[in-house]
Amino acid sequence: MLVQQLLNGLLSGAVYALFALGFTLMFGVLGVINLTYGFYFSTGAFVALYATQYLHMPIFVALPFAAVITGIVAVIIDDLLLGPLRRAKAPELSSLMVTLGATLLLYSLMTACFTTDIRRFPPAVFNGGAFEIEGLRITLSQILIVVTVAIIVGGLAYLLQRTKLGLAIRAIAENGDAAQLMGVNAGGIVRIVSFISGALGGAAGVLIGLNYNAIQPYMGEMMMLKGFAVIILGGLGDIRGAVLAGFLLGILETLTAGYVASSIKDAVGFLLLVLTLWFRPVGLFGRVVAKRA
Amino acid sequence: MIARRQFNLLTAAAFGALSFAAPGLAADPVTIGAVEILTGPNNKYGLAIKNGFDLALEEVNKAGGVLGAPLSIAYEDTAGNKDQAINAVRNLIGTKNVPLILGPTLSNEMFAAGPVANQRKIPIVGTSTTANGITAIGPYVFRTSLPEADVVPVTLKTARDKLGVKKVAVMYGNDDAFTKSGYDVMKAALEKLGIETVATETFGGKDTDFSAQLTKIKALNPDAIVVSALVEAGSGILLAKKALGFPAKVRVIGGNGLNAPKIGEIAGDAADGTIVGSPWFIGKPDPANQRFVTTYKAKYGADPDQFAAQAYDTLFIVADAIKAAGAADPEKIKDALGKVKRTGVLGSFAFTADRDPADTTGVVVIEMKDGRFGLLP
Repeated sequence: MLVQQLLNGLLSGAVYALFALGFTLMFGVLGVINLTYGFYFSTGAFVALYATQYLHMPIFVALPFAAVITGIVAVIIDDLLLGPLRRAKAPELSSLMVTLGATLLLYSLMTACFTTDIRRFPPAVFNGGAFEIEGLRITLSQILIVVTVAIIVGGLAYLLQRTKLGLAIRAIAENGDAAQLMGVNAGGIVRIVSFISGALGGAAGVLIGLNYNAIQPYMGEMMMLKGFAVIILGGLGDIRGAVLAGFLLGILETLTAGYVASSIKDAVGFLLLVLTLWFRPVGLFGRVVAKRA
Repeated sequence: MIARRQFNLLTAAAFGALSFAAPGLAADPVTIGAVEILTGPNNKYGLAIKNGFDLALEEVNKAGGVLGAPLSIAYEDTAGNKDQAINAVRNLIGTKNVPLILGPTLSNEMFAAGPVANQRKIPIVGTSTTANGITAIGPYVFRTSLPEADVVPVTLKTARDKLGVKKVAVMYGNDDAFTKSGYDVMKAALEKLGIETVATETFGGKDTDFSAQLTKIKALNPDAIVVSALVEAGSGILLAKKALGFPAKVRVIGGNGLNAPKIGEIAGDAADGTIVGSPWFIGKPDPANQRFVTTYKAKYGADPDQFAAQAYDTLFIVADAIKAAGAADPEKIKDALGKVKRTGVLGSFAFTADRDPADTTGVVVIEMKDGRFGLLP
């Protein structure tokens, strides 16, 4: 049973990690806590739902398709909402408030279009088969989740560490003005990062929608709370931290529900969050950066 | 206001038509009141109830009405609003002098409007109010709908006797008053029936991941999982149960929250085998029910639901009471209601001394199969 529980935790952790990646990337590079992020999660799920239902795409096509569409939506929303603020160099609080208002608007619009009824992928989209090895059970959709998360995390790490684009992104994250003086096209990088973040959120939405087979507009709103916990545990803007914290939270929650009591499952994550903020505000895996004059 | 006036005009017109349609009954109609949600977002319940009343009313009047006169219903709309329900009851008692009121639709409307009728000593009969404590409002408050506390024990007893369920795990949503009260009922019924509970697990109504709880439950080998949840979480549990590879014989036994065809739509074949209890089921084979379903379809062009069926039976119960009372007098009708015995589409019916339904033999246990509910064989 312990192995199965660890596997359960690993799976929910993989989704937390994937969700938090885009969220923390947005914060790290763009310097805003973008509350519309949860909306991208829902958008991805809905795009994939319609792509499979009406365009009859297989899920392996619908997943990247939904990610790309969501990425484009994210770029447009970011340009409209935060572009003017960025040009005016408005304080962080204004961008937080703007995204908060936009989130409420976007969810209401989505609910008006799709209602809050739960939808599901057509049964033919993904075969619900499962493997069983010595009592350990894993379904095909769970394998898809783990493999996709591994590919995305690997790809993102490669992009950020090994490419010129990654260097530019990191430079912007470190110091936007200095990077621009060195010839980095800040506007372009902002759009690329918005696109990547939106695509990551969208992909996470598709995978969650697929695994639990329940899609509705507010699904992103529920993930946002967990997403916050994960990026704070991992350290705001810390990519590696977000991945590790995602897995940590998933496993911890599962073990709590499995061996202590399911009623305190959610409390554990937030207890950890508060403790982190008290004792290690840079995040569990972050390094304290010494600011020198 | 305009809508209200038009509505009254409409009922007045309906009245007129009715007295012409029943030429044998010359006397002025006996008018009772009905307070339901006829407009607004929850009006599907009120309209189904109105359809049930109207269908039964037609039949009562075809068979000679009551007290030598046709029976008629004066409808008032609450729009799902408690204050409007109170005003509607006041209006019916004060200006229409009705000797009895049907409704309101929701339990919380009854908690607001019931005391008004009770204070004026006018019997008020809820057909869809299932919350605890409705009839405790006072001696003039009746209900014909079975509370969940009466349905769940029947479901669990059937599971024990027919399916050999001896030990179960229980899961319930602990952040919602409805699923929590469903759990309290289940816990009491399980103890009473001597079914062993090997684990009690909770979840949040908005959770999507139930694998930790279910992995724990699977290791304990229960015969069934008893679940108090709304559709969303309930479907998630069914899907996770399938993903974890529970043996097919381990069914989910649900409360009223899972008595919804939607779980078959969301969970697909993972919902197969789920059983729930229901005061009424469209596929109940007895001739009275089948006749009701056919005539309802013919009149309204749609399938009746539980609310329409409960309303349909209730109108006959009320008509019987008025006949037995011998006069359109609230006090006499109240006493007569307590003595009514009749068999309707929901099975045999009588009131307890506390004015709740006395008989649970009409409860049917239904099973999800291929995405649809059917009678448990």
